This record gives sequence, structure tokens and C-alpha cells, in this order.
Amino acid sequence: MELLQGTLDLLILRTLIYGAQHGQGIARVIQQTSDEELLVEHGALYPALQRLEERRWISAKWGISTNNRKARFYALTAAGRKQLAKETTKWNRLTAAIGRILEAEEG
Amino acid sequence: MFRRTRKASDFGAEIEAHIALETERLQEQGLSYEDARTEARRRFGNVTRLQERFYESSRWPGWDHFWQDIRYAARMLRKSPGFTTIAVLTIALGIGATTAIFSVVDATLLHPLPYPKPEQLVSVIDDLPGVGAQDVGMSVPEWHDFARSGIFESVSPVGGGDVNVTGSSEPTRILFQTVGPNYFALLDVQPELGRTFDPEDRTPGFTLEVVISNALWKGAFGGDPGILGRDIRLDNDLYRIVGVMPASFRDPGQASAQRSTQLWAAAGFAGPPAPEPLRASHFLAPVIARIKSGLTISEAQSRLDALVASLQKEFPQDYPPQSAWRVRLVPLKQTVVGNVRQSLILLLGAVGLVLLIGCVNVASLLLARASARGREMAVRQALGAERKRLMWQLLTEGLLLSLVGGVVGLVILYCAKGFLLQIVPERLPRLNEVTINWPVLLFALLATLMAGAIFGLAPAWHAARPDLTRMLKQEGRGSSASGEQARTRRALVITEFALSLVLMIAAGLLLRSFGDLLQVRLGYNPQNVMAVRTWLPIPNDPATDIYRTAALQAPFLREVLRRGRTLPGLEEIAVGDLAALPLGHERTDLNPYPLIVEGRETPSSEAPLMDGAIVTPGYFHLLGMTLLRGRLFGESDDESAPPVVVINEALARTYWPNENPVGQRIKLRTAGDRSSLTWNTVVGVIGDARTESLADASAPQMYLSLYQRTAKDWAIFLRGQLDTAAIPVELRQQVQSVNPELPVFGAQTLKDVLSASLAERRFSMEIVGLFALTALLLAGMGIYGVISYIVSERTHEIGIRLALGAQSRGILRMVLRQGLGLAIAGAAVGLVGALIVSHLMAGLLYGVRPTDPLTFAGVALLLVGVALLACYIPARRAIRVDPLVALRYE
Repeated sequence: MELLQGTLDLLILRTLIYGAQHGQGIARVIQQTSDEELLVEHGALYPALQRLEERRWISAKWGISTNNRKARFYALTAAGRKQLAKETTKWNRLTAAIGRILEAEEG
Repeated sequence: MFRRTRKASDFGAEIEAHIALETERLQEQGLSYEDARTEARRRFGNVTRLQERFYESSRWPGWDHFWQDIRYAARMLRKSPGFTTIAVLTIALGIGATTAIFSVVDATLLHPLPYPKPEQLVSVIDDLPGVGAQDVGMSVPEWHDFARSGIFESVSPVGGGDVNVTGSSEPTRILFQTVGPNYFALLDVQPELGRTFDPEDRTPGFTLEVVISNALWKGAFGGDPGILGRDIRLDNDLYRIVGVMPASFRDPGQASAQRSTQLWAAAGFAGPPAPEPLRASHFLAPVIARIKSGLTISEAQSRLDALVASLQKEFPQDYPPQSAWRVRLVPLKQTVVGNVRQSLILLLGAVGLVLLIGCVNVASLLLARASARGREMAVRQALGAERKRLMWQLLTEGLLLSLVGGVVGLVILYCAKGFLLQIVPERLPRLNEVTINWPVLLFALLATLMAGAIFGLAPAWHAARPDLTRMLKQEGRGSSASGEQARTRRALVITEFALSLVLMIAAGLLLRSFGDLLQVRLGYNPQNVMAVRTWLPIPNDPATDIYRTAALQAPFLREVLRRGRTLPGLEEIAVGDLAALPLGHERTDLNPYPLIVEGRETPSSEAPLMDGAIVTPGYFHLLGMTLLRGRLFGESDDESAPPVVVINEALARTYWPNENPVGQRIKLRTAGDRSSLTWNTVVGVIGDARTESLADASAPQMYLSLYQRTAKDWAIFLRGQLDTAAIPVELRQQVQSVNPELPVFGAQTLKDVLSASLAERRFSMEIVGLFALTALLLAGMGIYGVISYIVSERTHEIGIRLALGAQSRGILRMVLRQGLGLAIAGAAVGLVGALIVSHLMAGLLYGVRPTDPLTFAGVALLLVGVALLACYIPARRAIRVDPLVALRYE
């Protein structure tokens, strides 16, 4: 299943709520928590991360992964948390609205 | 985003890490390393594309391209050092010279008044147009009326002159100004030490307080910090030093000498030694004022006109309607800058032309290179380079070249600054402040960018539309310019010739004016004549002046003449006042008299003003002036004899056009008392002499006898085989053995005086001449380049012609004709420009008309001659072509 336009940012922010994570980790979490439903081309993650970093919603620094590899870790900033809350509300309202329309048509 | 926060290598490392982590994870799921790595890469997607995206998103592409272009341009310029050196030097000279002239213009024309709110400062000038008299001076009651009028913040007279400082070992003479007590408050300047005058001071005469210049403080007083309160003896009166002005302060005087004023004294001009403050006694000049803020000069002028009209009604006796008294406000900037304006604008124009010609030359060189690089450009375009990028790249090359040239030019200018200040004549106002400051640097930058754009555009324009197929096909024959490029180069050469012609005609006209001025009949003979000056003090109490009358002055004068005759090598000696020093005085040194002719009496307030010099009888013979009618002064025309006057032909023509002026009487004020008038008999008429200005053949002039009148500013004239180094010292000893309190200074030969009076003209002539020669050289180089190029292009064709039996003379003629065509076309265009320019500079010319056919024809011929010479060298190369070689060249 392809990702909807603009949802990748939301997913990244949501993933980071559990703590700092590197790019590959984020990709894995998205894939696993969606029960392998969402296929993210891993490369597409990085421009998004770059964009979020420039907007100061996430911050990045190099660190060591659990299996002792150097990786760049991303963490939510305070602004990022606020943004996540806003985006989540927006998403929920959007899906609810779309859901209502679809149900009405079926019914 | 052009501010990069992250390096591309960092981004690359992150991707690497991702793939490594993913590979490990897949290996854990049981894949082999190779399979895991391939799968990890597949899942990741296109790494290169991602990196490109990162690269582009993280910076501003224009900026990036710009740096790339700069680096590329620098590489190209380094690769051809010969071309680069010539181009850089051409630009450096152009920018350096333009900036140099601009720095002078900036200091003199744009910022001549270094005071706060200079636009409010004006000169206040009294005119009597009804009797043709200008700048007659203001009277004290008028000064007070104007000061109270509400039009001005303050009004102050400025009277300049010499004063003797005595009390130290050697009496010295310094330049001082007598000013109103509000003078420094008016200019809004602060002293470095102490204070200036109290603007509210109402002392009628001198306040006996003085402010000294920084130069006098550092020089005569050794920078003594305890200078304030010290006494200084000036013309025998004691004054107290109350302030020292900063070194940067310069008096806004009109004459160059005034700008180096060393001392200021304040006075109310209503008590001795000033004359009685009568309304008709116009003697305050110049007068400067600061108009009320919020008023424009024209508003102030119209309010002043109303005031003048009401004063005329109130005092009809003092302001008779015939004299049409008027008061004029002139921006102080204008009176200070004076007549150097036109010269400076001419110089700026000339140097601008040189820069332009330099640019055209470099453009032509760049174009030649561009055509040599035509294939490179074509290949790059064929490989997908955008035309816009190529244009920008060529433009960048031009800009880089001009920037390097500009920097080199500024460095040269900085090193040559001292020399530059030396050759600039001293008369330029504010000369000392000519510096390379921010506005000047900004000008240099703009000139540089403009130059770069001009010569960068020509090749860029052509790069934009190359004929790819043709360019690429030309490999076998070497590169060759397109027809269009050749046309552009020809047009550039024509432009160069046109600009050069304009400059050379300007220079030629100035040269001829200068030559004519040197050739004029002076009407006096400066050969072997020296003038040495002294100053008789004017104490504030006239009763203590030991030389207050002609009778008291005469014994001293006779003794100076007697002792002077004993000097070695001396043949003749005479004494006059400063006005008698031919070409050695400025207008402010003159003391014009209202001239009233017997039988046509008019009140002195309406009489025309006439300049007069006071001299001893020997003056005329010493200077070789010719007597036309009557007689000269004799020893018997002394203080007890009736006063006599000698006039020049011009004055005789003006007042007695059909009569014999000898025996006529004129009424003049006596020297001591300005209000008392005496009758003087005209005894002789002498030939006109150019004593006021070299360019003025007949300024009316009269001469009065020093035995019958007093003078303070003496010039002692000496003729003979004199030792110019020793004579001033010997004369000083002789004068000081009569009166040890007198300074003896300013020794000059009359030839030097004459030469100094031409300094400004010589300066503009030399500079414009230098520029014209540079232009000629550049134009010659330009045409040489084009013709050389044409010849090398046609080597093959010429070879065939020669092989088929063409005469070498025919070939020579063919090549020369091409060069000549360009030169003549350029000269024709230039003639039109030169006609315009020469009319604009008519005011700077003397003797020649702006359309002087000799100059025009001569310059045009010279230019064509240079063109022929420049073409001859490549033309000779053309006829030496060996047909065999030329044909094999294919």
C-alpha cells in the first residue's frame, strides 16, 4: 500500500514519540507497526527527515546504535510534539470525515 | 536555502549507515551478506538521485553556479597570462585614473563645505547694478538690519589680510581673518582647545581675543598645551589667545590663501580702526550667513528683496534709485568652488572617455578570445549547457577581469596619491582633504562593475547565439570568427577612434589656448624682476600708526629705496602695493575705488568702482610699461604736491573715448579716510598690460603715487642680475635695519608669479593631454589587433593571390584600405561628438574658437596617421606571406 501524500511527516513524528531513533529504525518501526501494510521506500524517508529538521520539529545528532554502529539519531523537539498533536487531530478529523462519506455511499 | 547547515558527506554517511543497519537486520533474518546488501539497496531506492536532491535543496543554485563561474573564469585568466596582464593593466589604469579624478571632484565639488548643514550657508553680496558695480561690500547698519531680519540664523562679515606677529625673535607675517563674533557659531564648528568667540559680544572694534589654527599652534607655539590665555602681539596690538581650532577645520574663504587662515580675530566693525559705521559706507566683504532652517535660498532671497525695498524707501539719501541697490544670496558652496567647476567636470569627462576606450579595447580582446574559444562554447552547448549559463559565464569572466583591474588600479592610486596631490594646483578648494574614502571606493566599485559589464557583454552576446554546426565543422581550419563577430570588432574599433578623436580635440583646443596665452603681449616685462613683500602694521588705534599718512610714510619709503639700491646686481628698484604685483593678486586683495569724473559728478555710492594700484615713480620703467600720452610720476609728485593719477588705455577709452584724458580730474577717496574725497589729476596714459589676468587684454586700471597715498601691503620690485636665493635675505636686513619690526616675505620672480597664475590651465591641459595620448595609444592598439586578425584570417587567400601573381603593393593597399576605412569612419563619428564637447568647454578656451579648423583637421589627420601606422605592421606581414606555406596551411 502506497503512502498518502503528506502522511510520511506525521508517521515520522509519531514514531519518534517513543524516543530518539535513527533513519533505518524509523523505517522498520513504520513497516512493522503497520503490519507490513505500508511500504516505505527507505530513501524517501531522508528528504522528509531533512525537511522536519529544517523546520526544527526534530533534532539530530550522531550516536551509536544498539548493535554498535554509528547512526544519526533523530528526536522530537517541543515544537515537534506540538506539531504532532496538531497533525494527529487534523488526521483524525480527516479520516473520520472521509469514513462518514464512504459509509454513507455504501449505506 | 543558501545557508548550508549540513555537508553532503554527512548526508552520505547517514545513508551508508542506514544500508549497513538494514543489511545486518536482513542477515539476522537469514540472508547471506551479498543478498542482504542487495536487498537493503533495493529497499532504499536511488541513492544518487537522493544525494542530488539533497545537494540542490540545501543551497541556492544561482550562487552555486556563480562560484563555479568565478572559479572557471579565474582558471581561464590564469591560463593566458599575457592577455590577462594587458587587460588588467588597461582596466587598472582606467579605474585608477577615473577614481583619482573622482576623489578630487568628490572633495571639491560634492563636499566643499565641511560644516554641519552646509546647504544653509550663503554668501551675501551687495550689488549696484545701476552703476555696473558688483560685490561692493555691505555697510555696518545693513549688516545689523539683515541680522535682525529673521531671515538668517546669523550673519558675519569676513575680512581677510596679513598681520605681523612681533615679539618673537623674527617678525613674521600670518594670514588672518577679521570676523563677526558669531562666525564660528554660524559655521557650527567647535574648537579643539579652549573656546571660540562669544556670539553675543557687542564690542564695536576688535574684541582683542583671537582663535588660532592648529597649524599655527603646532608651528609657532610648538603645540604648547598651555597656549590658552597667552598674549600675542599683532600689528603692535596685544591680543589674547582663547581657542585653537582642530586640524581638520578650514576657513570657507574664497581665495586659496584664505583657506589656510592661521588666526581669527573678532570685531564689531563699528569702532576704530574700522571707518565710521555709516549706511553708505560699504566695506564689509565678503559676508557669509546661515539662513534660518526651513527656508530655502530662494525663499530667503524673496524676503530679503522685500527688506531691501523697504530700506530703500526708508533711506532714499543712501540708496539712490539710479544705483539700483540689490542684495544677492549665493550658495556658499558656489563661491568657494568658483571657477574650478568647469575644469573638473572636463577632467572627469575626459577620464571617463579613457576608461570607456579601455573597456572597448578589452571588449575587443575578449571577443577575439571568444572567437578562438568558439569551438569550446559550441561543444559545451552541444553537450547540453544552457545558453544562459554560457552567457553568465562569459559575463563573469569580464566582471572578474574588471574587479582584478579595479583592485590593481586602487593599489596604484594609493601608492601614487602623494604624487597626484603634488600635480594638482593649489587653487583647488579643500585640496588637503582629497582622500580615498567610502564614497570614492563606492564610485570605484560601480565604475569597475560597469566596465566589466560593458566588455563582458560583447562576447556574452555572441556566445548566446552561435551557429553550432558551422563552429564544430571548423576544426580543420582552426577557429574563425563569425561574420557577426568581425562586424562587432570593427564597430568597437570605430567607437574607439570616435572617442579618441573627441578627447584629442579637447586636448588640442586646450593646448592651443595655452599656447596662445603664452604668446600674448604682456604689456610689461617680467624678465629679471623679483618681488619681495612686506607688511606695514595697522594698529587698532590709528594715532599710534607711525605710517598713518603719506607724509609720515615717505621717509621710510625713501630709505628703503636708497638702501635697496645698494644690493649687489640691482639695476632698478620700485615699491607698490599688492594690487601692483602683476598676476600676483586675487580679487580679495584689491581695494576698488568709486570713481567720480569731473563734470559728470555722481554721489560716491553710485560711482562705478575702479581697481587702482599704488606705486612709486620707478615702477613703470622697471616693468617696461609704455607711456602713450602725458607723463609718468616724478619725484616732485610728493606728499605736498597736488595728487596725480596715471591711467591705462582701457580706462581712458571707457571714460574719455573722444577726449584727451590728460589734465582731466577725478575724485577719489583718500587712503586713510574712506569718507573724504580729493581731486586727482590725470597726468599720463600708459599702454594696457595684462596685470589682472593673462586672458584679459584690457582691464581698466589706474595708478596712484605711493608718495601721495599710504599702502600697507607692500611689494618691493627689484630688477637686475639678482641672486634669487640671497636677495630676499639681504633685502630683509636692509628693511629691518630701518624698522626691525617688519617681516619680509614672499620673494618670487615675476616669471614664477606668471607661471603660477597659469597653474590651473596647465593642469587641465596636461591631464587632458595625457588622457588623449593614452586614448590614441589604445585606439592604435585596437586597430592593430583587428587588422592583424583580418590578415591572419586571410593568409590563405593572400597566399593564393600572390601565387596567382598579385603585386605585393596591391596586397598592401588592400589591407591598409581596410584599416583606413575603420579610422575614417571613427573619425567622422568622433567629429560630431567633438563639436558638441568643444562648445561645452568654450569657457575654458582662450584665443581659439571651439570649431578651430586647424585643430580639428590636425587631430583627424594625426589619428588617421596613427591608424595607418598601426595597420602597416600587419600589412607588411601579409605581403611577406610565402604562397607555399600559406597554401599548405590549409
